Amino acid sequence: MTDHGGLAVIGASKRFGSLPVVKDVDVLIERGRVTALMGENGAGKSTLLKMLAGVHRADTGTFVLDGEPVEISSVPEAQQLGIAIVHQELNLTENQTVAQNILLGREHTYGPKWMGFIDTRKVRAHAQSVLSRVGSAVSPDATLGDLSPAQQQQVEIAKALSQPDISILLLDEPTSSLPEEQAKELLALLRGLSASGLGVVITTHRLDEAFAVADRFVVMRDGDKVGEFEASDPATTRDRIVTAMVGRELSTLFPRERRPSDHLALEVSNLSRGMVRDVSFSIRAGEVFGLGGLVGAGRTEVARCIVGADRKSAGAVRLFGEEVRIRSPRDAVSLGIGFVPEDRKGQGLVQSQDIERNIALPNLSTWQRAGLIAFSALRRAVEQGIETLRIKARGPRQLVSQLSGGNQQKVVLAKWLARDLRLLILDEPTRGVDVGARADIYRQIDEIAAAGVAVLLISSDMEELIGLSDRVGVMAEGSYMGTLSQEEISQEAIMRLASRLDSLSTDASNAGGEH
Amino acid sequence: MAVTSAPERERNGALAAGARLWASFARRPESGAVLSLLVVGAFLSIFTTQFLTVGNLTLVARGFAFTAIAAMGAFLVILTGGIDLSVGSVMGLAGLTAAVLSATGTNPLVAILAGLLAGTAVGAINGVLTATMALAPFMVTLGMLSVVRGIDVAITGGTPIQGIDPVITWLGQGYVLGIPVPVWIMAIIGLLLTFVMTRTSFGWHVYSIGGNEEAARLSGVKVRRVKIAVYTVAGLLAAVGGILLTARLGVGESTSGTGYELDVIAAAVIGGTSLTGGRGSVVGAIWGAALLGVVRNGLVLLGVSDFWQTIAIGLVIIFAVVIDRIRTRNAP
Repeated sequence: MTDHGGLAVIGASKRFGSLPVVKDVDVLIERGRVTALMGENGAGKSTLLKMLAGVHRADTGTFVLDGEPVEISSVPEAQQLGIAIVHQELNLTENQTVAQNILLGREHTYGPKWMGFIDTRKVRAHAQSVLSRVGSAVSPDATLGDLSPAQQQQVEIAKALSQPDISILLLDEPTSSLPEEQAKELLALLRGLSASGLGVVITTHRLDEAFAVADRFVVMRDGDKVGEFEASDPATTRDRIVTAMVGRELSTLFPRERRPSDHLALEVSNLSRGMVRDVSFSIRAGEVFGLGGLVGAGRTEVARCIVGADRKSAGAVRLFGEEVRIRSPRDAVSLGIGFVPEDRKGQGLVQSQDIERNIALPNLSTWQRAGLIAFSALRRAVEQGIETLRIKARGPRQLVSQLSGGNQQKVVLAKWLARDLRLLILDEPTRGVDVGARADIYRQIDEIAAAGVAVLLISSDMEELIGLSDRVGVMAEGSYMGTLSQEEISQEAIMRLASRLDSLSTDASNAGGEH
Repeated sequence: MAVTSAPERERNGALAAGARLWASFARRPESGAVLSLLVVGAFLSIFTTQFLTVGNLTLVARGFAFTAIAAMGAFLVILTGGIDLSVGSVMGLAGLTAAVLSATGTNPLVAILAGLLAGTAVGAINGVLTATMALAPFMVTLGMLSVVRGIDVAITGGTPIQGIDPVITWLGQGYVLGIPVPVWIMAIIGLLLTFVMTRTSFGWHVYSIGGNEEAARLSGVKVRRVKIAVYTVAGLLAAVGGILLTARLGVGESTSGTGYELDVIAAAVIGGTSLTGGRGSVVGAIWGAALLGVVRNGLVLLGVSDFWQTIAIGLVIIFAVVIDRIRTRNAP
């Protein structure tokens, strides 16, 4: 322990069902310092923070606060100990005022807590004082919904600070919704708060941010703590942290039977919509083209524009040399474009229906004879899909909601395999899928490409992105940063582009057919 | 900008103040109902001679007071993102309980208390089932609608209950200072509830649950307890409305309150209570009930036939839901 005091976490573990998310992690959060908790998506950062804040109860682990062993098993318990958390999603109510939000659940009253008469003057004054502490000019009487995201984030932090005797402030990706300028201001605020004696923990996967604010870096990967670095140590470099964050060996998970041709299958030029600006890239037939970047870089938005789920505001899409106008996902389907969305449960499958119905859904016309569904042909195709993808199910009539995540994803793939595809877009195809099923999915993706289909793979999983892709394009904050050829692909190169450390001149390296 | 004269500046200042006043009014949840009421009222004042008379307006006010009181309860429930379909049956239950006890010689005050208690109990059961077992309030209260209606019929034995104590009938038929008693009761409850919703932690918590239940939970609000309280209060308010309704009729009919859930819920929504929760006002529920009451009255005065009235009321309700949808879509 240090003289400053703080929160020591010893041997913290958490599983969700059978899935271990945080494995035996030791962390020391010192007062007066900022600790950056780093790691890729799914590394267990958020879960660890939520354990400290009492949102999730740790399966194992000891917590020691300022030298005293403490119990943290609920939100009020954590609050009592002076631990406050700012969640990744804003937890505010839009129709209420700033002051009401800040003191929600802890209003100053004259009577009993749950039905006391509110001392509005005291509530306003308290809200005003914490707002000034975070340097916010927002009025306590403003309606929350009228504020900008940055202002709402300030309110969220003010809310955390309004807790009595706060000693530890946890922030989960606090800058993810903020533009750069306001993110900087927020980081400065966090430095100030830690200087005033708070122990501050921030999770982020933006490197420059972490370097700007943290005294110490704790890196997690797959639920383990894999490294700890002091900012003052000259040996602590960005490269070392990136390696710790990503550092896995590529295995033989990724077969390569395919042969990308020289024909351009998809050409996207100057595509724009909202935050996505001027994105251009191209994919060859038989190629797996990876699209990398941080969450929120605009990759899913690009995919949704290509398949017509959202309307693009500018730009053109060419399919095998022909300019196509795609106004709806229906247009995309009829052009031979398949889309496996990120939100498998919400957008990819009809959970209440069986495997057969789900596979049939985009393909009904294939099995129609005179307007009626040809059940025997459909059944044969579905059984074939189950076999080639090794879907573990009792049969075609099993409900998809009863399948595991990996098998559900295989059903989504089977949906598109059952028809003639020219372009397949996969958005985070293996999120929440176990390794065994992953291997099947990767093999299938390779086979699809080998059949001459162009594959656009959006993935935040570095291993997958690098292992599966023939080339990788990287996006950051809505802009296309550049394309990495097979030889150039590396974790560092992608991370550098994604966090805007490097930028390639896009026109030099994006001419699809070269090299 | 060149020189502006003093009166001109004053006028500009007044204009700006007026614009601000208008903007803050337009933001209120009940603004739509208020404006519609003014338009409908103006129309009826021009095209009928009887509408704008003290006598008629008094009758209209007494007519919608029952709905308005129950609608304030519906407002609370909808504010949390829930719904209470059992309100009409509960109105019947409370009124009939009071009527039966009174007709069999029980002290009228005891009879009223028993009626209130019966409605409150049903509300509490709704709340406990919804909040602690996470059941869909739509189904819980739909079931309760049927259960309680059955009890209503059982209480009366199918025959109308006569001989209700005059103390009770006075509540529905009497006047104080020329204003019907139900209107007084509506006003008092409205004032009290407005205070509770804007000045107590309970009120703030109800708004926060509807706005973002997860945020409320993570902020330490006792969500279940608040929800149970909300359904219980809604039961109590339905009971008040129901007793007044029976009191005004002077007879306890087993069908009393049948179909009222339509008017009650519609009044709350027309008054600006958002069906997605978290937005609405107490006075909005009263304005909504008033609009429905005035439309009904106007259709009668205009001599529109019965079935057209039913159709018109239905259209007003659908219109209100469309407005609610537009509101929530444009909400910041």
